[in-house]
Amino acid sequence: MTNKAIITVVGKDTVGIIAKVCTYLADNNINILDISQTIVQGYFNMMMIVDVASVTKPFEAVAGDLNGLGTDIGVQIKCQREDIFDKMHRI
Amino acid sequence: MINISEVIETNKMIEQENLDVRTITMGISLLDCTSATTVDALCRNVYDKIMGKAHDLVRVGEDISREFGIPIVNKRVSITPAAIVGSGVCKTPDDFVKLAQALDNVAHEIGVNFLGGFSAIVSKGMTAADELLIRSLPQALATTELVCSSVNVGSTKTGINMDAVRLIGQTVKDIALATAERDSFGCVKFVALCNAPDDNPFMAGAFHGVSEPDAVINVGVSGPGVVKHALTHVHGQSFEVLCETVKRTAFKITRVGQLVAQEASRRLGVPFGIIDLSLAPTPAIGDSVADILKEMGLQHCGAPGTTAALALLNDQVKKGGVMASSYVGGLSGAFIPVSEDQGMIDSVRAGALTIEKLEAMTCVCSVGLDMIAIPGDTPATTIAGIIADEAAIGMINQKTTAVRILPVIGKTVGDEANYGGLLGYAPIMPVNKFDCSEFVNRPGRIPAPIHSFKN
Repeated sequence: MTNKAIITVVGKDTVGIIAKVCTYLADNNINILDISQTIVQGYFNMMMIVDVASVTKPFEAVAGDLNGLGTDIGVQIKCQREDIFDKMHRI
Repeated sequence: MINISEVIETNKMIEQENLDVRTITMGISLLDCTSATTVDALCRNVYDKIMGKAHDLVRVGEDISREFGIPIVNKRVSITPAAIVGSGVCKTPDDFVKLAQALDNVAHEIGVNFLGGFSAIVSKGMTAADELLIRSLPQALATTELVCSSVNVGSTKTGINMDAVRLIGQTVKDIALATAERDSFGCVKFVALCNAPDDNPFMAGAFHGVSEPDAVINVGVSGPGVVKHALTHVHGQSFEVLCETVKRTAFKITRVGQLVAQEASRRLGVPFGIIDLSLAPTPAIGDSVADILKEMGLQHCGAPGTTAALALLNDQVKKGGVMASSYVGGLSGAFIPVSEDQGMIDSVRAGALTIEKLEAMTCVCSVGLDMIAIPGDTPATTIAGIIADEAAIGMINQKTTAVRILPVIGKTVGDEANYGGLLGYAPIMPVNKFDCSEFVNRPGRIPAPIHSFKN
């Protein structure tokens, strides 16, 4: 299992989404490796590849926190281990 | 590096197309529990063994589900066929009922969705314990909630044990009667098999065969909704494109199953056994094998062409899935249960799908007649005849076949049986009224088929 995770943010674009997510990540010692974003069917889609090697919280707690943060700003935030995407799309 | 469109594709499969891992099933050998000299001691041994191995199964399953963001619908346990486990101390059907209740208690305690393996392998003949277990089933299944049972009545190598088939025809009726107040719910937890695999993670037929190690993790994937969605993009295109699309999708689905299986195996310290590639439908809209067949171009499941379409689907699922996993086993193909598949239910209601067509479909799919509700007054010998037909298809074609049929007491054609949740609901289907009792009442067994001269 790798230490990389994928964070996805889906919802209506609004001021400060990336700032809030990045603040949380910085507070928890999570390093951002890559950010990309696109608009799909009018919805803001952002993806971050992050390194969770130095985080002290359990993975599911981080996922839960980010999910809660998403609820607060009115978007859906998911944090999943990278392996699921890697397995599905890479041989 | 993974790109955003790949991430979106995966999450769309999960959120909109019902992609899930259907089950993590831990197989546990109970052969080392058999030193007990009383039924109570056996039940204690069984409790200790299952608790020792599987106490963390549900928690680990939920952790993996949260971390990868993929639903893992069921966590299950399968055990060594109980007829073997209980053969030393269980001397009456009531003793086996006691064992079933002990299994039910431990299943509740560890929090699994089902426990399979209250089973007997009688393909050539029944031991006293096998017969006692079968006779215990009406009460065992009526007084437990999570215990599933299966009986293997035949195989390509041994032929079909017609004495067992006849007894099971009657037993299915008795189970139905014992659970009559809940639409004969007990029958949902029982399946008769031919060529039963030792490593199947799906219920009701899961058991931990004697060829298996002490404990093992088997994973059943799912994903009819994902295949159906993929096919919406290839209308009017060639069979080559159709097959390629199914194959690619099956590959992706199976890779997720493989990941979950390896993680579960690592975290639980239990070896990985197999991935079962089956496309397992649910009553959720769109998560239907029948809908895949419709997407291929049939007006309804059951229309002429259905068997060919299903054969194609089954084969391509295997071809895509085999490449995605290091070990494939179990049943692996497409399931065609009626009550658990909204598309199947619709086809039955439309008059497109009959038991006879389903029987033909079982020749090319992974299992058999599954979750089919029939009138409660269907004679036991007719049920035995249906089981014998299905077992014969398995025996001759060297494949697994099964019958999970539900004679719903007090209901008849036009009514519906409702089981709730993943088990769904089923319109009662008409059964051929002609009699087969003289045939199935003959004692003995149908010999094993010849394996050469395959014309």
